Amino acid sequence: MSFNLTFIGQMIAFAVFVWLTMRYVWTPITKAMEDRQKKIADGLSAADRANRDLELAQEKASQELHEAKQKAAEIIEQANKRSARLIDEAKENAREEGERILVQARGEIEREQNRAKEALRAELASLVVIGAEKILETSVDAKAHSEMLDKLSAQL
Amino acid sequence: MAGESETLTAGSYIDHHLTNLTFGQLPAGTRPGQDQAVWTLAQSGHEASQMGFMAIHVDMMGWSLLLGLIFFVMFRKVAKNMTSDTPSGFQNFVEMVVDFVQDNVKGMFPYKNPLIAPMALTILVWVFLMNFMDLIAVDLLPAAAAVVGEHVFGMDPHHVYFKVVPSTDPNITLGMAFDVFLLILFFSVREKGFGGFVGELTKHPFSHKNPVVQTLFIPINFVLEFVNLIAKPVSLGLRLFGNMYAGEMIFILIALMYSAGPALGIFGGGLQIVWALFHILIISLQAFIFMVLTIVYMAQSFETDESH
Repeated sequence: MSFNLTFIGQMIAFAVFVWLTMRYVWTPITKAMEDRQKKIADGLSAADRANRDLELAQEKASQELHEAKQKAAEIIEQANKRSARLIDEAKENAREEGERILVQARGEIEREQNRAKEALRAELASLVVIGAEKILETSVDAKAHSEMLDKLSAQL
Repeated sequence: MAGESETLTAGSYIDHHLTNLTFGQLPAGTRPGQDQAVWTLAQSGHEASQMGFMAIHVDMMGWSLLLGLIFFVMFRKVAKNMTSDTPSGFQNFVEMVVDFVQDNVKGMFPYKNPLIAPMALTILVWVFLMNFMDLIAVDLLPAAAAVVGEHVFGMDPHHVYFKVVPSTDPNITLGMAFDVFLLILFFSVREKGFGGFVGELTKHPFSHKNPVVQTLFIPINFVLEFVNLIAKPVSLGLRLFGNMYAGEMIFILIALMYSAGPALGIFGGGLQIVWALFHILIISLQAFIFMVLTIVYMAQSFETDESH
């Protein structure tokens, strides 16, 4: 165990191995490790972002669903209202039509009645004249009597 | 186990385990009939010490390089197939280690420098692997080396010295610590300027408003701060060496019990398991401490606005 060239040899060997390690081992390994760290960080932040996006989308979807339901309810209500109104209108129309027909029918009846009365009256007047002629057996001033009879028939 | 040809004493067993396989320049006249210096493998501890500085611990250097290579190839394979998608298998483990190192560097070194973190990673894994060699049975690899030495290289098996834990060699630990020391000097000068660095060595810990008194303080400050500076690499290297050397020594001593009768052998087996489990903690801790101190020293050398 003496101090000799081994010392110099180890000095050189150490320097060489340190240089080799620096150049061919340390640099590639630490670079790859840093790359991975960056990759992981990127992945995590991407996942975070995706989660946030998902949350937003879910919120939006539920909101939209809610809105759609509301709208559907509104539409149904409107439709109900409309149908009620239509029914009411139809009822009203039917009633009016009925009334109108009724009025018309009444007018017709009245007119028919009047016409019958008129005919009856005329017939009666002539009958009365004939009857009176027969009764009196004499010629009567037809003109004077018909005037009186007209008055009479107008009173009927 | 180390050599059946000679009587095995406890002393020679330990000696054998603590001698490196040394290749170096053997001075003339060390061996009988040798009249000039030769480059050869040391046949004994005595020959190894005769070689002095012009020698290299082949076993330590070899294991150190092999383990460094294992570390590099393992991590390089992951780095090449690195994916930023879901990681799997070994990549998970590598990323865990890298993450751990990065956390430590970020916590202790608040400056920007592309060298510190990779250096910390290299230290952590490489020193751990070196320390880990301590957990392999003390005789396994030396015995294998003796067989290989005898049959492949035709050596006397007793002279095949083979240590397997690089961090039990102060050359290895101090070599790394000295690299760290050079970086301390380099970054100190670069970040603070030469004047700033010298000022740091001479203006603390004693300072005075009076310039004459301040001048008197300079040598005292310099001695204190210089010791402080030198202590960094020395303590860094020797701490690791000391811990691992002591750990290996205990494994060797426990291994000696196996030759001292069945009762002591069984006791030794139990001890070995306990010590190995405890040693797992030590080897990890020492690798971690070496890394942390390196980061701290680097951070200190970057500190420009010091407030002592």
